[in-house]
Amino acid sequence: MTRSIDDTNAATGRILSRRGALTGLGGIGISAAAVALLGGRENLALAAGAEPTQEDITILNTALSAEHEAIAAYQLGAESGLLGQGAKSLALTFQGHHKEHADALAATVKKLGGTAGEAQARYDFATDGLKSEADVLRFAAGLEKGAVSAYLGAVPLFADRELARVAASILGDEAMHWAVLRSALGEAPVPVAFVS
Amino acid sequence: MRIPIGLGVAAVVLLLAGAARADTIPGDVELGAGLYDRCLACHSPARNRTGPKHCGVMDRTAGTLAGYRYSESMRESGIVWTAETLDAFLEAPRKFMPGTKMTYAGVPDPTDRVDLIAYLATLREDAEACR
Ligand code: HEC
Repeated sequence: MTRSIDDTNAATGRILSRRGALTGLGGIGISAAAVALLGGRENLALAAGAEPTQEDITILNTALSAEHEAIAAYQLGAESGLLGQGAKSLALTFQGHHKEHADALAATVKKLGGTAGEAQARYDFATDGLKSEADVLRFAAGLEKGAVSAYLGAVPLFADRELARVAASILGDEAMHWAVLRSALGEAPVPVAFVS
Repeated sequence: MRIPIGLGVAAVVLLLAGAARADTIPGDVELGAGLYDRCLACHSPARNRTGPKHCGVMDRTAGTLAGYRYSESMRESGIVWTAETLDAFLEAPRKFMPGTKMTYAGVPDPTDRVDLIAYLATLREDAEACR
């Protein structure tokens, strides 16, 4: 399972860096994902009615805040001492995705002229209930499920449809995390035909 | 059929929580607790996260919880959270309160909202989830 995730990451990286080269933004210190994201949005900026608004910046910043928290949550899980090697590498892989989401969201907010929110100095997680690997995986699965709902709730709000597409792309990633975590817990990986 | 069962569950849970509002808040608390999964990316009952904590939200004036940084719109709305105002807010937060940083499309199904609000009403300061 870990190998196939690594393979996917490598493939995604290749696609993103090729996109980066195409948009010519590769050299200015923004992550590959952000480049892909901004490249797409700039192409669409000419379309009528597709302009991002102040409200779009607010949506991106709320999502960024949740991503920062998810990064901290996976850090907590990885350092808990409760995870076996397989679960730990899963946690770190998923944390890496959340870091990419956060980088991409922050870069987009800045690009649109807004101020990207910073991560909190510390997060107050309810850790009393975390006593086993399964507890940590269930905690992470809950966050990922919530993230799917949150992005689903954000997609229709964007004035700029290209930003909606980006949110949907992150939603898909969170849904994969949720499914893999459920599977690791021995639960049906995909319990429903629609997410809500 | 669903509603009487819902009322039964609500009555039991509220009774356990030491509240006497089962008559005024309809809805299925258990279903509401399940629907609350949709809020868990940003909220939790007892802790401020991306969104403010929900313990004690019923009858609280919007945007007044100490220790959480609300948007100006929420802070200055003057709205008090009741079953009615929560229903209107949760249906379409950004329509009900333009400028709110709860950037979530909303809970479109009215029955879902009734259940969700029944659950929120159980989150009194002395409830299990809030201690
Ligand atoms: C994407 C993140 C996000 C999601 C998902 C979300 N909220 Fe919020 N919520 C917020 C934020 C941020 C605020 C503060 C808004 C402001 O200050 O304008 C908030 C505020 C609120 C408030 C006002 C509380 C107060 O103290 O005045 C209520 C009630 C609320 N949310 C209920 C819910 C419910 C119920 C759900 C699930 C159906 C939900 N929210 C889903 C982010 C979210």
